Amino acid sequence: MSRELAIRLRGAVKRYGPITAVDGLDLDVPYGTCVGLLGPNGAGKSTTMRLLTAQAIADEGELQVLGFRLPEESKQARALCGVVPQLDNLDVTLTVEQNLLVFAHLYRISRAERHEAVERAVRMANLAHRRADRVDKLSGGMRRRLLIARALVHRPQLVLLDEPTVGLDPQVRQELWALIDALRAEGTTILMSTHYIEEAQRLADSVVIMSHGNSVAVGPPAELVATHAGRQAVEVYGPPAKLVEVEAEAEAAGFRTRRTGTSVSVLGIEGADGRAPEGERRPANLEDVFVLLTGEEIE
Amino acid sequence: MTVTAVRTARAARLGRLERPALTGVLVREIVNYSSYWRSATFSSTVEPTIYLLAFGFGFGSLVSRVAGYDYVEFVGTGVVATAVLFSSAFPAMFGTFVKYKFQRTYDAILAAPVDTEELVTAEALWMALRAGVYGCVPLLVAIAFGLDPSWGMLTVPLIAFLAGFGWACFGITIAGFASSIENFSYVVSAVLTPLFLVAGTFFPLTKLPRWAQIAGEFNPLHHCVELVRHAAFGWDVWDPARVGALLFFAIVVWRVAIYAMTRKLVD
Repeated sequence: MSRELAIRLRGAVKRYGPITAVDGLDLDVPYGTCVGLLGPNGAGKSTTMRLLTAQAIADEGELQVLGFRLPEESKQARALCGVVPQLDNLDVTLTVEQNLLVFAHLYRISRAERHEAVERAVRMANLAHRRADRVDKLSGGMRRRLLIARALVHRPQLVLLDEPTVGLDPQVRQELWALIDALRAEGTTILMSTHYIEEAQRLADSVVIMSHGNSVAVGPPAELVATHAGRQAVEVYGPPAKLVEVEAEAEAAGFRTRRTGTSVSVLGIEGADGRAPEGERRPANLEDVFVLLTGEEIE
Repeated sequence: MTVTAVRTARAARLGRLERPALTGVLVREIVNYSSYWRSATFSSTVEPTIYLLAFGFGFGSLVSRVAGYDYVEFVGTGVVATAVLFSSAFPAMFGTFVKYKFQRTYDAILAAPVDTEELVTAEALWMALRAGVYGCVPLLVAIAFGLDPSWGMLTVPLIAFLAGFGWACFGITIAGFASSIENFSYVVSAVLTPLFLVAGTFFPLTKLPRWAQIAGEFNPLHHCVELVRHAAFGWDVWDPARVGALLFFAIVVWRVAIYAMTRKLVD
């Protein structure tokens, strides 16, 4: 049993017929940290989340959540976890308060503490003024905030956020980021899957880049960028023939490159002096790392 | 002891079919019920009552006595089983399917410390409770139209609860195996309607061919009809066996429902 790790996966495999959704994944989430699972759709992020709540059972591997072995002791682990699903599954005909009350019961909060727990969650979701409104009358952002508050109603030790801001407009996303950031500041352990680079970069202490069901790189975002893409990149735009030429020249000069639709990014150009091609300079980012390591594009 | 240690100690005791888990799911149903009780009560009570009025007074004007009872009394007691079926099997089929497929309610519940066994059991208990209450409505209507009340009728909610639990589990099982909601038509037409018609609600099974009478003894709805009738008019020596048959049906379909839903909800 691991005392330092809230989540410990070793060689986790999950197959759906001929498809291997999670393929030998190792994952460590230390207590008190926010770890981001970053990857495109189909990378195995949501399946990993389902494995952690025993809503999917691994075909192979060792899984531990909060020191409990899965799937045998999953119920004990779930009592101490909060889960924010990717898809809204609130009871839409119930009010904000009723939704929270139901989950206060499901998470076994004692009668004496229940009222306070619901109050705290309502305040956290910033929905005190809408507490008596039915969920189907709320905006998308409010519903998302309520989903997060519902997962926190019992003050969990670990929060699993599955694509918490997917499909939301930028303003609502910012609001949710503030909410997640506050949780992180309180020391709550968070595992968050996302396919938004900016989300992972802003919120995660450590990022696990996933591709085809496995992790291809792990580390703090800045460290991953520095290790794999350097500090600076230059973006060169032009017709396809010119991009091919730039790519070839850069690679011949020992630079790593990646295609970004209408441009080529030449990476690690700091200290390259005159050897770097002419173009728009920018800091290297996590997307560069992701594309370099997986060959796939993400948002 | 720290809060975490207390929580961990409490969590370590978690087992199967725990009361807090069952209560949590039941609370969700009760709170939800407050938003749809009117329509649920309407459909679960009006339909059997219409059957009672139509058959009891329509058909009853042609047939005065059946199996030694006034026809209105015969149907009034029999329709309790219809109310039980309508308030358990049907909502269980459709409600379960909608909750896991469209509303994803069960995903939310299973992320909490609740397992599929507890989820299915609590859902079935809730529908059985409703069946226990709604099942009494036709009896009350029949009393209003002249059925003599008896002490034995006080057991009708229990009979309806037991039968309702079995039929709710049957409905959950169907939802667990169905790949689309359209599949329910087959079950309603090929299973529930025949069982409903040969339960002894509207005519005694003794009027059917011998093979149909034997088949009827395997119909849980028939045992519900007979038990309610005997509760109203006097117990029969075979009634404990009928309770046993309903209990057997309930236990078997309960386990099958858990299997079906686990298969559906856990990958």
